[in-house]
Amino acid sequence: MLDNKEFLVEKILKNYSGIYDKPTAERLSQLKRDKILHPVIYVSMGTCGMIAGAGKTKTAVEQYLEKNKVDAEIVVVGCLGLCAAEPLLDVQLPGKTRISFQLATEDKVDDLLNSVFHHHLSPDNLLGQHKNPLLEDWPNIRYIDEIPFFLHQQRIILRNSGIISPYLIDDYLAHGGYKSLYKTVLNYTADKVCEIVDTSELRGRGGGGFPTARKWMVALGTGSDHKYLICNADESDPGAFMNRGIIEGDPHRVIEGIAIAAYAIGAKNAFIHVRSEYSQSLSILELAVKTAKSYGFLGENIFGSGFNLTIHIRQSAGAFVCGEETALIASLEGRRGVPQSKPPYPAEKGLFGNPTIVNNIETLANIPAILENGPIWFKSIGTKESRGTKIFSIAGKAEQTGFIEIAMGIPISKIVNEIAGGVKNGKKLKAVQLGGPSGVCISVKDLDTPIGYESLQAIGSSLGLGGLIILDEDTCMVNLSRYFIEFLQKESCGKCIPCREGTKRMLQILDEVTRRPREESSHETLERFKGVMELETLAEVIRDTSLCGLGQNAPNPVLSSLKWFREEYEDHIFDRKCNAGVCHDLRTFVIDADVCNGCNICQKKCPEHAIIGSIKLPHFIIEARCTGCGICFDSCKFNAIYFK
Amino acid sequence: MKEILDRILPNYPPNKNDGLLPILQEIQKECGYLTDEILSEVGKYLNMPANKVYGVATFYDQFRFKPRGQFHIRLCKGTACYLHGSATYLNELEKQLRVKAGTTSRDGKFSLEVAHCLGACESAPVMRINDAWYPKVSPQELSRIIRSLKEKTV
Repeated sequence: MLDNKEFLVEKILKNYSGIYDKPTAERLSQLKRDKILHPVIYVSMGTCGMIAGAGKTKTAVEQYLEKNKVDAEIVVVGCLGLCAAEPLLDVQLPGKTRISFQLATEDKVDDLLNSVFHHHLSPDNLLGQHKNPLLEDWPNIRYIDEIPFFLHQQRIILRNSGIISPYLIDDYLAHGGYKSLYKTVLNYTADKVCEIVDTSELRGRGGGGFPTARKWMVALGTGSDHKYLICNADESDPGAFMNRGIIEGDPHRVIEGIAIAAYAIGAKNAFIHVRSEYSQSLSILELAVKTAKSYGFLGENIFGSGFNLTIHIRQSAGAFVCGEETALIASLEGRRGVPQSKPPYPAEKGLFGNPTIVNNIETLANIPAILENGPIWFKSIGTKESRGTKIFSIAGKAEQTGFIEIAMGIPISKIVNEIAGGVKNGKKLKAVQLGGPSGVCISVKDLDTPIGYESLQAIGSSLGLGGLIILDEDTCMVNLSRYFIEFLQKESCGKCIPCREGTKRMLQILDEVTRRPREESSHETLERFKGVMELETLAEVIRDTSLCGLGQNAPNPVLSSLKWFREEYEDHIFDRKCNAGVCHDLRTFVIDADVCNGCNICQKKCPEHAIIGSIKLPHFIIEARCTGCGICFDSCKFNAIYFK
Repeated sequence: MKEILDRILPNYPPNKNDGLLPILQEIQKECGYLTDEILSEVGKYLNMPANKVYGVATFYDQFRFKPRGQFHIRLCKGTACYLHGSATYLNELEKQLRVKAGTTSRDGKFSLEVAHCLGACESAPVMRINDAWYPKVSPQELSRIIRSLKEKTV
């Protein structure tokens, strides 16, 4: 009798026809947890789950099982993508489909588990059931993939995310993992792999959108003995978290993708560059690399083909500019993460002077599926210029936050209105911010644009890494642009002058716009207006003359918000008014004479002595003296003070 | 500190610069921060001038040159958290705990750090105190957290 490891490797992995004899199929369905003898309880313990309290939920489940003497298996899984519903708790009874509960905090565990074991589900906390034709459905309960959040998704990379355990390589193998790697290294030459990926028309998912196989072919064509592959999982965009989701959901898919890509370019060493903030992703990846090595999928002479590969995991030290491949290479070499001018391209001369390919983690995670199902299948998904799927993380003022995978070509409005469930608290949508700090704002007018490299370029946007932030009517676009420029100014590496000095100057101008002028003398005002008038020209100069992508894209938030929300800038500049009430300095406070009972607290607290009034009589704020600090607003117990 | 260096450095090949960042990361994990002595010792080991080591270390946000406080507070200022008002939270924390962002308070009790993004945008606004997460912090909750922090003794 083979043990699970031997069974999965010998009987499943090495049989890529997918046709099994009866006992094999039987055992596989047990390992896939289709056919189970004891109940299985899945706890979603990605970072988002842990934050929401999944650790306590798991303890509560363990206690419940012990107390009620239930023989059940607990499986820790990654995030399903619906981060807003964490912690998720799934229960699967023998013969029945897997049923999923949302917001299952520790206090609810007992009730939820009782309801399942007594076959009497209460609608509270119920998310849905996972479709499985082999198992009996729970009556009158919706399927998970019928929920609007999942209905429009097409999950290739995230297929196993939240379903299998990221800690168990056997789970991935049982779901068909590492088959593509086996098939590739034994049947295809490196040229052939490049050709397959080229036919699939896969393009880089890191933002640039360069055809992946073209890059590989350049590296393959160089005769060097030492080549490197770098998997960039260092998403330093604030507001993006899908790389975390990929790693914590299905780490072995990433490793398989890396191994195939390394084979295709002839690299013996690969690096995974992960954010140091993602401590859980790091430990999951480390374990995954270790187990993959012990199974013989990494290391020396993989599957007896003579192909060797070592994967090194490196923590990023936190620099946004390291998203640029030459800067990333500099950081891996132990230098300051400063970009170099290209050419020479890294594919010819990169890490330690050797040919190096830098690919985004999402690009690499697509590779196993392409080799499994063929390039024609991949080409059938998405649009003509943009094939395949794209992962987006949805954050900001969305009703449902999380990460999703959709086929290219779906309009942005569909993501916003149907998948994300619209704007939180029924507010009005103002814009959608796509592509991180150096991305652009997409106004409501352009919302029907389909997702894709070219279609987004046509409206002056770019796909970026896939961070999608939903902005509601309470957002001040000037303030948000200032925030992005502040971030970019801080992250500018300082090598080229347009970016280093230009972003600083832009920040100064935006500061002047969003703050109250220190003095009203004519000279100050003139300077202020001059600065504002220069903003657009300055932005264009930075865009045209900077060395790397950070500088070239740095003016995007300003230029796009100027294009669509010019009147907001004008309100700030001419009327000194922030309609959204976000720019604190520009607020003017007013006391409602009908509500004020003259308690005198605000007068005592005002540091500028701008409030006058006698005790027990309504008070009054002298507008010229008010600095808009908001202390009176915070201290008023009767809500008599408001701002306009 | 000497023994930490003696333990960590031999794991990396000498004279190879690419080990610099992992070495510094590992030392910081143990010591909490980097000192001038550490940087020059690492430089000696890797045969790199100390100023180069310093230049690299100061380039990256991850490295700290001052000891952490007993309560190390990391407030996220990612886009999602910013939209949910984390900037005002920063002011509040600075004012209440008497510590500026990026520094440690005089009594060594608090240190405050602004993180670009903690990668937990669904829980915005989010902060971390030591290893604990505080998701979806409301202004009321923030003042409660601050109060309980102040009460805890060093």
